[in-house]
Amino acid sequence: MRGAGRGHGTITIPLWIWVFAAAGGFFILLPLAAMVTRVNWPQFVPLVTSVPSLTALGLSLRTSAVSTVLCLVLGVPLAMVLARGQFPGQRLLRSLVLLPLVLPPVVGGIALLYTFGRRGLLGSSLSVLGIQITFSTTAVVLAQTFVALPFLVLSLEGSLRSAGTRYEAAAATLGAGPGTVLRRVTLPLVLPGLASGAVLAFARSLGEFGATLTFAGSLEGVTRTLPLEIYLQRETDPDTAVALSLVLVLIAVVIVGLTFRRTTSGLLKSGRTRDA
Amino acid sequence: MTTGPAVFSIDAAVADRGISVSLELADAETVAVLGPNGAGKSTLLGVIAGLLRPSSGHAELDGRVLFDAGTRWVPPHQRKIALLAQEPLLFPHLTVLDNVAFGPRSAGASRADARRAARHWLGEVEALEFAQRRPGQLSGGQAQRIAIARALAAEPDLLLLDEPMAALDVTVAPMLRKLLKRVLAGRRALIVTHDVVDALVLADRLVVLDAGRIVEEGPTRLVLERPQSAFAAGLAGLNQITGTVTEQGLVSADGMSISGVLDDAAVPGEPGVAVFRPAAVSVFPEPVHGSPRNVFAATITDLEPHGDQLRIRAGALAADVTLSAAADLDPAHGAVVYFVIKAAAVVVYPAKTGEAL
Amino acid sequence: MSPHSARIRPRRLSRAFLHRRPTHLAGLTCGLLLCTVLAGCGSPGVGTTGTGSAPATGASPRTGSASAGADLSGTLTVFAAASLKSTFTDLATKFESDHPSSRIRLSFAGSSDLVTQISEGAPADVFASADNANMSKLETASLLAAASANFASNVLTIAVPPGNPAGIGSFKDLGRSGVKVVVCAPQVPCGAAAAKVEQATGSTVKPVSEESSVTDVLGKVSSGEADAGLVYVTDARGAGSKVTAIDFPEAAKAVNTYPIATVAGSPHKELAAAFIALVTGPVGQKVLLAAGFGKP
Repeated sequence: MRGAGRGHGTITIPLWIWVFAAAGGFFILLPLAAMVTRVNWPQFVPLVTSVPSLTALGLSLRTSAVSTVLCLVLGVPLAMVLARGQFPGQRLLRSLVLLPLVLPPVVGGIALLYTFGRRGLLGSSLSVLGIQITFSTTAVVLAQTFVALPFLVLSLEGSLRSAGTRYEAAAATLGAGPGTVLRRVTLPLVLPGLASGAVLAFARSLGEFGATLTFAGSLEGVTRTLPLEIYLQRETDPDTAVALSLVLVLIAVVIVGLTFRRTTSGLLKSGRTRDA
Repeated sequence: MTTGPAVFSIDAAVADRGISVSLELADAETVAVLGPNGAGKSTLLGVIAGLLRPSSGHAELDGRVLFDAGTRWVPPHQRKIALLAQEPLLFPHLTVLDNVAFGPRSAGASRADARRAARHWLGEVEALEFAQRRPGQLSGGQAQRIAIARALAAEPDLLLLDEPMAALDVTVAPMLRKLLKRVLAGRRALIVTHDVVDALVLADRLVVLDAGRIVEEGPTRLVLERPQSAFAAGLAGLNQITGTVTEQGLVSADGMSISGVLDDAAVPGEPGVAVFRPAAVSVFPEPVHGSPRNVFAATITDLEPHGDQLRIRAGALAADVTLSAAADLDPAHGAVVYFVIKAAAVVVYPAKTGEAL
Repeated sequence: MSPHSARIRPRRLSRAFLHRRPTHLAGLTCGLLLCTVLAGCGSPGVGTTGTGSAPATGASPRTGSASAGADLSGTLTVFAAASLKSTFTDLATKFESDHPSSRIRLSFAGSSDLVTQISEGAPADVFASADNANMSKLETASLLAAASANFASNVLTIAVPPGNPAGIGSFKDLGRSGVKVVVCAPQVPCGAAAAKVEQATGSTVKPVSEESSVTDVLGKVSSGEADAGLVYVTDARGAGSKVTAIDFPEAAKAVNTYPIATVAGSPHKELAAAFIALVTGPVGQKVLLAAGFGKP
């Protein structure tokens, strides 16, 4: 029944689809390959292990990890409310939450500046308390969270919708309260979606550039993440820039690979229900 | 009509689905709810379980108010009402044992106690060997057995079953029915089914729901022997004619007379129902005359195999004939034949009015 | 649409789009607008005289020293540092009105971006850099047709938000604790200049951010996030009333020189020489001076 999709079908894809698909694949892979050809291999290790490089990489990984946690804390409830709740303005909220996906990151940076900046909506009150977010690592995390949150919400909301409410209803009639249902049924069921959402959010945070540059600034060890370091190194030291770009690509490949493996295996597992 | 004082009662309406139902359940009683598709059976269970909000009404279980239109609403997890659905809906990420232990765990039992209870109930459904499996490794029948154990392990005050065998292979259903008969004995349960066998085997009482209203209810055997509604007659596999009781039998609203045996309660002049089995009908190509017999000219509307016989339908009436008899008859759609029924094979009994229900 | 408005359209090459951050898009839009406005202002007079007749202004005999009198034609592609946007747009308009059958295509970006693009084969005829370091990269790579000529200089100034909330009065004030200063990263010319000033004065600035471009420094200052930023005089002037410039004497320690040169392999060497002559000549100097640039 549900397993039908797993076998090889006899329906063939038109040839021209293959041609365009190949073109599409090349379009993505060729620039990456071109970049690899420009890597200064003998110097690769020293270049990527220089202090500024490692500092930027470390900062990127740390901030992206924190952003991912923040995305989970804020995004899981948001996705739950969007997928399960019923309230006026729900559609509008969904569209607005997804806005950072389509906004140029620099616009996000400007928006964050007007919110958390010294003269911003919240920032002006914060600066009275002696807190300035701009130019701090917190600003990096906020910028990353801002752009990454929709990825998590979108991924999780989709999983929640496709999981449906039947298992939750069954759990409720077995005496499980809403909290137990969430913890023991809903979240485990959407775990593949949650994991891929979190990984996507992490990847997006790792690649965040525009909003960070606009909102957080660029200072080694504080706000200069790997993409900013690459951008800066490009000015004087293209070799380092290319080497670091490759590092970023490799991290992205690993992340995307992990997500893909997880989600597909998750699907296969859930696809194997009943059918005696 | 309950077999004892009601421990569960519901009187509720779901306006947007056109459902209005009043139902009671005695202790240790299993009631089967039957009815055509879209009659509102699953909606009724949803309302009782707390998964759907009725537009008005009231329900109580063991003196606890479940809902009272607009004022009180107990959420599903506090009702102690378990719902076993058509699909087992075992949590795919938990082992069979932890699925069954889910109810006790939710009720606050320790992990060890919950698992102990789960083992007990797995034993009850003879599925202990599957304890460590994942739901994905079970067949449909096995999964439904586990689902039963899981529902029972929650120790519900009322068990709802929504066509628990509908999604199963016909070869698996009888085994599961036997299991249900055993575990439902002495339990309060409401089982929605479209299969009269379920009602016969599992239920003490039968409720027929049609278009959101209860059209008939009573002890299972009585309803099946003396069906009031056309649906119940269909379930029981009986031909049914409604009309007015006469000395000889019954006269239908359109003037058709049928001779039959009057039930003790049947009073001539009162509304009545006449039933006879399709197998009691003989079919002839020509009118036949003889001692007390009913003869109806009938235009064949449908022919279908029925066991080792052929069922000949003529409008609302049906006749079962042997295949050899059918070969002689050579029936065809639209052909006019004669249905002949001995008066002794027709039972006439009073029709119940709405108030009697 | 007058023929003129289509002529001077500083167009970044697609590579520049791929390389640069989106922040610069705003700058590009401004440039386009500015350019359209300029071209729109200039077009009616020139447009009516037609391309065949000699321009009434008679500026060409004075500026076109290398090929005086010859009617230069063709399209010249000029790659210029972003800080030259307004002055070079202005000069290109002048050049085109002097030589009506010529067209100048301008491409503005960071000097190092432009060097990268030229190294990768971008079709530039003339390159105007914001510093000698980037120019010498091309020289080293034998990508220059002739030695470069310096045509302008620029010095740093302190840009502060309007009202100067932190009360900055001198370069030393930048070292005060609690003052949030934004500078360019040492990798980019304005940052290198800032480092040079620091070294020369012996006072250290602890910046809260080292930006990759002057635009980003100005953005942080004009938005009020930073108390002060080190930018070039011309940048501060270009930002108008959004920032206030506080000149400081120590800036003289790091004078940035702008060189210009013809790119090797340019098919329009004569046209290129004429344009360079305009930039280095009195007309060019007047325009540059007006924008805040110093003598080379």
